[in-house]
Amino acid sequence: MSLRTGRTARAGQYAALLGYLVFLAFPFLWLISTAFKPARELGSLHPTWIPEDPTLDNFRQAFDEQPLLRAAANSLTAAVCAALIAVVIATPMAYVMARHRGRLSTAATGWVVVSQAFPFVLVIIPLFLVLKHLHLINSLWGLILVYVVWSLPFALWMLAGYVRAVPPELEEAAAVDGAGKARILVSVTAPLLAPGIVATALFAFITAWNEFFFALVLLKTPEKQTLPVVLTHFLGAEGVADLGPLAAAAFLATLPSLVLFAVIQKRITGGLTAGAVKH
Amino acid sequence: MRRRLPATAAALTALALLLSGCSGGGDRDGDADGTIRLSFQSLAWQKESVDANKQLVREWNAAHPDIQVDYVQGSWDNVHDQLLTSFEGGEAPDIIHDASDDLADFAYGGYLADLRPLLPGRLTEDIPRRSWEATTFGDGVYGVPFLQEPKVLIANTKILESSGVRIPTPEKPWSWPEFREVTAELTEKGTYGVAWPLKEPVSVTLNLGLSAGGQLFHRGADGRVTIRFGEGDGVVPGTVRDQVGSDGSAARSALGMGGSDTLPGFFGGKYAMVPLGFSYRQQVVEQAPEGFEWTVLPAPAGSGGLAQGVSPQTLSVAEDSPHKEEAVRFIDFLLRPANVVRLARGDWMLPTGTEALADPALHTEENGWAAGTALARALRPAPAQSVRGYPEWKDKVATPALQEYYSGAIGAGELRKRLVDDGNRVLARYQR
Repeated sequence: MSLRTGRTARAGQYAALLGYLVFLAFPFLWLISTAFKPARELGSLHPTWIPEDPTLDNFRQAFDEQPLLRAAANSLTAAVCAALIAVVIATPMAYVMARHRGRLSTAATGWVVVSQAFPFVLVIIPLFLVLKHLHLINSLWGLILVYVVWSLPFALWMLAGYVRAVPPELEEAAAVDGAGKARILVSVTAPLLAPGIVATALFAFITAWNEFFFALVLLKTPEKQTLPVVLTHFLGAEGVADLGPLAAAAFLATLPSLVLFAVIQKRITGGLTAGAVKH
Repeated sequence: MRRRLPATAAALTALALLLSGCSGGGDRDGDADGTIRLSFQSLAWQKESVDANKQLVREWNAAHPDIQVDYVQGSWDNVHDQLLTSFEGGEAPDIIHDASDDLADFAYGGYLADLRPLLPGRLTEDIPRRSWEATTFGDGVYGVPFLQEPKVLIANTKILESSGVRIPTPEKPWSWPEFREVTAELTEKGTYGVAWPLKEPVSVTLNLGLSAGGQLFHRGADGRVTIRFGEGDGVVPGTVRDQVGSDGSAARSALGMGGSDTLPGFFGGKYAMVPLGFSYRQQVVEQAPEGFEWTVLPAPAGSGGLAQGVSPQTLSVAEDSPHKEEAVRFIDFLLRPANVVRLARGDWMLPTGTEALADPALHTEENGWAAGTALARALRPAPAQSVRGYPEWKDKVATPALQEYYSGAIGAGELRKRLVDDGNRVLARYQR
């Protein structure tokens, strides 16, 4: 490939990347813009990116009309608990799946992938009945249980990939040095899996944080409802929306995920096993 | 490792006990002291309406210490799936707020109580028979229709007055051909006479079709429903298609829009008129630029007069509720004329009840209230909402066919063929 062709290709790649970033950022930036616009600007034929007369009225109205803080606390409780429990359960299971390859492990992996194809509506009624028998309807614990079960397959599949990326030679070396199985897992494998565990926990957290349908169906009283459910209270029949307050509330609802990503993205993208093996 | 198994089992058992202990399950029969507890799931969403509902619940609870009502905030979004799951799981609210076009499956499925033996005379007599038809499925009445909204033309006063066209009134509305002429008259550079937001083309077409004598769904003496496409059924779709196509007086770009999407164009003078539900006035009041003048006009009329189909909001009682009588008593309280006026004003809609409809607060010229109230007597149950198989016909047959017809992709013959032939095949499966 000539130098010129290489530069052209590189420029094309950057242009494509920029286009993709704009595509991703547009809805969020528009959401922020809408959140700070007064009602009269929302009905403008020529909308502007920067509100001409920025206002906090939408935020005031959103908090005034709906129990956003309580809903956020419920969402946070459900998401954090679901993420922690999912990771605690998935980590040893993923290790077994990755290290002990056999028919059972292959079948389990297949089932994990297939289970991702189940639509919510297929399982919601049986699930509802099971939770009812457990007296877990209208309970955050019931919702957490559902979120754990729902995110476990993907968490397993994800973590198994991370486990496979850890060189078995490291564990073998530790075994030669006299470390037992548990010691190897805790002192050798787990630290190397940390980025994977964080990424998996983040996935489980965001899945639970954004989930709407299970929360809508399983939680009845206003005190228990989560943020996505409360956000729908700004919507009327036939898709009519109280757009300003909805945008303000939705903007606030996206913040935890963004902050979380910003804080731990380095842990995720850091070298997985850099420097682990001496050559 | 083997020694750890009992510990693991113990931990799991403890977790299960903890989960069960943290349950939110309640006894729907009532409290230990004999107080009856009812849950009322409301879909009110606008602040004034939510406040009115909550206030009425508080008033009821203060006056009835032995029958306490818990207000549960529902949402129009996904309400059908949420209710279906609750019904299946035996956890449905006692009192259910919904719309009549969503009740058929629940009524036929045995999830809703037949209210006929429970309704007080005051309520049955105050609400007109045509409104009760919207909640009558088979031989039973499965909801109390209490709020409704007609489609109206929300018009830019300045454009309308400067054009010199005749301004329609409920007594002397535009005919459909006249409406077509007027929209052509109002169309000039940069302004369309009308924008039809037809994201949901089926309900708009069928409901307005009643004014032209359209019916489409015909129930025989044996109770079986068939689809026939008569002359009246073609008036509304034909008018819209001509306005979009040959006249150029309706904005093609609006065809895929929802009602709210057309408002910026309406405020900006791009559209002279927009056919919208009566409750959209709230958004117009909130979002219209300073000094923008608008008015509410009746939708065009045909051989059926001002008739149009509506799906009223309803209050129903769950069949599983152990306190149906008390639930109906609460509904009766909620729907006292003075209370319904509060709910109607909160939702910017019209009450179905005759006494509430006569309230002076709903006859003010301000924000078009009087213009809408004058249409109330012409409102009929939306065609086909009690027809089994209608949702499938709507989604699989009518919506794509109408979308293609309005965009000019297919002609009237093909539209008729699809609506009737394909439609009857769908209905047949539900009527075996």
